[in-house]
Amino acid sequence: MPIQYYIYLALALFSIGVIGVLVRKNAIIVFMCIELMLNAVNLLLVAFSKMHHGVAFAADKTSTAGIDGQLFVFFIMVVAAAEVSVGLAIIVMLYRNTHSVDVNFLNRLKN
Amino acid sequence: MDTTQILFWFLSGLALVSALMVLLSKNPIHSILWLILVFFAISGHYVLLNAQFLAIVNLIVYAGAIMVLFLFVVMLMNLSKEKEDQKNVWMKLSGIIAGGCFLISTCNVIFNAQSTSKELVGKVALLKEGNIGLIGPLGKALFSDYVVPFEISSVLFLSAMVGAVVIGKKD
Repeated sequence: MPIQYYIYLALALFSIGVIGVLVRKNAIIVFMCIELMLNAVNLLLVAFSKMHHGVAFAADKTSTAGIDGQLFVFFIMVVAAAEVSVGLAIIVMLYRNTHSVDVNFLNRLKN
Repeated sequence: MDTTQILFWFLSGLALVSALMVLLSKNPIHSILWLILVFFAISGHYVLLNAQFLAIVNLIVYAGAIMVLFLFVVMLMNLSKEKEDQKNVWMKLSGIIAGGCFLISTCNVIFNAQSTSKELVGKVALLKEGNIGLIGPLGKALFSDYVVPFEISSVLFLSAMVGAVVIGKKD
C-alpha cells in the first residue's frame, strides 16, 4: 500500500482521539482516547518501519533495516501499560473522595 | 483489488467507525467495547504488515489487559447507571473544530507533498513480506542493541506497580 494511506489513517485515528479528549466529560473516556492516540502512533510507526524495510529488502534479502520502528512500538506499549495502571489508580482515588469522575467537577479541587 | 487491498480498506474502515463510536457512545461500557474493536482492527493491520509479534502483543496487552482493567474500574464504580449530563454545546463544538483543524491541516501537508516530495513518492509499506516482524529477528535486536531500555522498563514496571498500590491504599 502506498505509505500515504497509512499516514492518513493514523492521522484520522489520532485526531479522533484528540477530539475525544476535548469533548468528553467522563475522565475514563478521556483516558481511553489517549490510548487511541497512542495506538494511532503505533500503527504509523510500524508502517514506516515496513517502508524502510521494503527499500532495504529489495537490495538485500537478509537485512533488518526497519526493526527500530517495531521495537519502539514495543516500548510504547510498555509505557502505555504502566501509565494506564497508575492513571486508573488515580481515577479510583478521586472517585473515592468526590464520588464523581466528571472532569469539570474535578476543577473544584483548587478550592 | 486483490485480497490485501480489500483487507486494508476493510480494516481501516472498521478502525475508523469503531473509533467514532467510542466518541459517540453514551454508555462508558459501550465505549470500551468499541475501543476493543479498534484494537482488533489495528492488530489486523499489524498482521497484514507481517509484524506478527506486535499483533499478538497488541491483543494481549491492550485488548486483553488494559481494556479489562478499564472494564473493572467502570464496573466497580458503577458508572453505566449514571446519566452523564453533557458539556456546554459551545465547548463541544469548539473541541470538534479544534480537532478538525488539526486533522485538515496535517492531511493537507501530506496531500500537497505526496506527489512532489522525494520521501513520499513511490514509497510503499511492504505488506506480507519481510521478516523483521517475526519473533526471531525482533528478539535478537531487542536483546543485543536495546537491552538497556529493556532492563530499565522492568524498573519502570516496578515503580508503576508500587505507585498504583500506594495511591490506591485505604488508610
